[in-house]
Amino acid sequence: MRRVVEGSHAVSHAVDLARVRVISAYPITPQTHIVERLAELVADGVLDARFIRVESEHSAMAAVIGAASAGVRSFTASSSHGLALMHEMLHWAAGARLPIVMAEVNRAMGPGWNIWADQTDSLSQRDTGWLQFYCEDVQDVIDTILIAYRVAERVSLPVMVVLDAFFLSHTYEPADLPEHADVDEFLPPWEPVEVLDPAEPRAFNQLASPEFYMEFRHKMQQAMDEALAAYPEIDRAFAARFGRTHPLVEHIPAEDGARAPLALVTTGTITSTARAALAELRDRGTPVDLVKLRALRPFPQDEIRRVLGPYGRVAVIDRNLSFGYGGIFAQEIRAALSSLADRPVVYPFVAGLGGRDVTPDTVRAVVDRALDDEPPGDILWAGLKE
Amino acid sequence: MPIDLPPSERMTSGHLACPGCGAAIAMRFVLKGLGDRVVMVIPACCWSIIAGPFPYTALKVPVLHTAFETGGAVASGIRAALDVKGDHETQVVTWAGDGGTFDIGLQSLSGAAERGEDILYVCYDNEAYMNTGVQGSGATPEGAWTTTTPTGSPKATRKKDIMQIMAAHAIPYAATASIAYPEDLVRKVQKAASIRGTKFLHIFATCPTGWKVPSEVSVGLARLAVQTRIFPLYEVEDGERYTINVEPKGYLVDAYFKAQGRFKHLTAEDLERIQERVDHGWSRLEALARIA
Ligand SMILES: Cc1ncc(C[n+]2csc(CCOP(=O)(O)OP(=O)(O)O)c2C)c(N)n1
Ligand SMILES: [Mg+2]
Repeated sequence: MRRVVEGSHAVSHAVDLARVRVISAYPITPQTHIVERLAELVADGVLDARFIRVESEHSAMAAVIGAASAGVRSFTASSSHGLALMHEMLHWAAGARLPIVMAEVNRAMGPGWNIWADQTDSLSQRDTGWLQFYCEDVQDVIDTILIAYRVAERVSLPVMVVLDAFFLSHTYEPADLPEHADVDEFLPPWEPVEVLDPAEPRAFNQLASPEFYMEFRHKMQQAMDEALAAYPEIDRAFAARFGRTHPLVEHIPAEDGARAPLALVTTGTITSTARAALAELRDRGTPVDLVKLRALRPFPQDEIRRVLGPYGRVAVIDRNLSFGYGGIFAQEIRAALSSLADRPVVYPFVAGLGGRDVTPDTVRAVVDRALDDEPPGDILWAGLKE
Repeated sequence: MPIDLPPSERMTSGHLACPGCGAAIAMRFVLKGLGDRVVMVIPACCWSIIAGPFPYTALKVPVLHTAFETGGAVASGIRAALDVKGDHETQVVTWAGDGGTFDIGLQSLSGAAERGEDILYVCYDNEAYMNTGVQGSGATPEGAWTTTTPTGSPKATRKKDIMQIMAAHAIPYAATASIAYPEDLVRKVQKAASIRGTKFLHIFATCPTGWKVPSEVSVGLARLAVQTRIFPLYEVEDGERYTINVEPKGYLVDAYFKAQGRFKHLTAEDLERIQERVDHGWSRLEALARIA
């Protein structure tokens, strides 16, 4: 069914479509619309689930860990300071191999208080063992929540579905909301391997000595690899049913069959801005190819090498910053490309921190600088005031 | 006098508790009081160790080990999951130490109690962070030595009154219990298990290692804590109806304090001051019990 939906409500309705049974969350701007709509759906009996109104994000994650450990499909949502407060439990969810899905609205970290878009919150959680998928638009949000459960339950790891504050969380767009019956076929009920069950008493998450711990971690890495390997097949199954595809690395050449001198890599809503800006540049005779990167973890290294390797130059726009280094996606991309003997020069731009607009002008400036003979450097600031 | 307890044993030998560990005794009694439909949550505490490392477990109930401050929240999640599966019978029991209850876990416990989660939260109180080597907690009594309240400046403030905090949540049932009174303890577990809503059990559990006492005095010392009125045994229903369960003999506190290495630096004046506090606490409790 085609409807005009807010990005946040798209999350809520996708959670309903996924037939989630336990939801626990704590409010934080700009995630609130997600949980308010979910609380309504549960209260109105539309969604047959329990909503646990906890006293903190740390407890929200702890509660869904408890629920998922008892074998029930679970969901939470957070943002920024809330996500940071959850940090310990993110490790716990992944280490316990629970297929929890969380919507995470990218918001800047304080101080000073800033509620606007910035990816540093989710990127700071890189090494917790969560998969992270970044969304471009409202349709992407709906589809990604559904895909996330399927991937999570396939490999027994949690997935963060990430959307930009306001630019996506509070934007209304027409989108297709699938039918329950179709989603049920794409996403059958979760069949957990082991659950808390008085009939079969086991201990979960207990002491793991050096004799065992490393193998547990090795298995988590294998699960990440499996997620990467299984993703195309899951994406195909999704496309077969719903007619849309969401590759982890989407290659959008300016001109079919030709390779532009520069590829621009973007994530999140900046991709939509870049699509428009690059189309205009192409029409004015400056072709630049676009690469939409969807995953931070598992990082699609082979795909990145295959797609970006042949370019002479690659520009990356990061709406995030690892202090003392630079943009985080650029860092990951440069690391992946480093194993190629012949590799592109990477121009790592940092832009749009704390919700500063990344406009078509910003994109054009980035392109100009990367095509110009500006030395690539380790960090290039875009849109910084003098 | 023979004691009358359910014969079931859901704790095995081979666990990793120190000799005389009150927390181990408490667990054994609590499991006797619960049926076999139990899921247990253990946040970080000595019991994270005692229960045994992967791939072993000393408990014949399913256990979810979890992070230190999450006892209330994780139990709430399990309760919700069991409920949506249609299982309203299985008891979800959190088993936490005093640090995990009085201090770092107080927030998630308070949240669960405020929501009225149908869980049984058991705090075994050994009056310090024992897992990490006897650091002071909010449950450490005034005057006690711990590694973070060393003899030169032992703990200057009083033990937090967790029972008042829980009573203030107006939960249907809160009770103190002691490893020295197993029948009273088991009865309270059974009573708690028969009530829907949030139940809280505060169990006094001697730690010979941390209190610097010989392991064989563990139970006797716990009895002395009750008989001196330092740790009275009582129940609070709906946050207001107080019932005292064991009438203490009212021994002077000296005997209790002098028996323990952690208090050996206390002076006669210290003990006098503490005696006054204990007397005052007792008359307050009696007054509350009279109102009910
Ligand atoms: C967030 C966090 N901080 C600190 C610790 C370290 N830690 C583990 S157990 C423990 C003490 C537990 O004390 P208590 O709850 O009284 O239980 P006991 O060890 O005395 O049985 C501490 C400080 C931890 N596991 N997690
Ligand atoms: Mg303790």
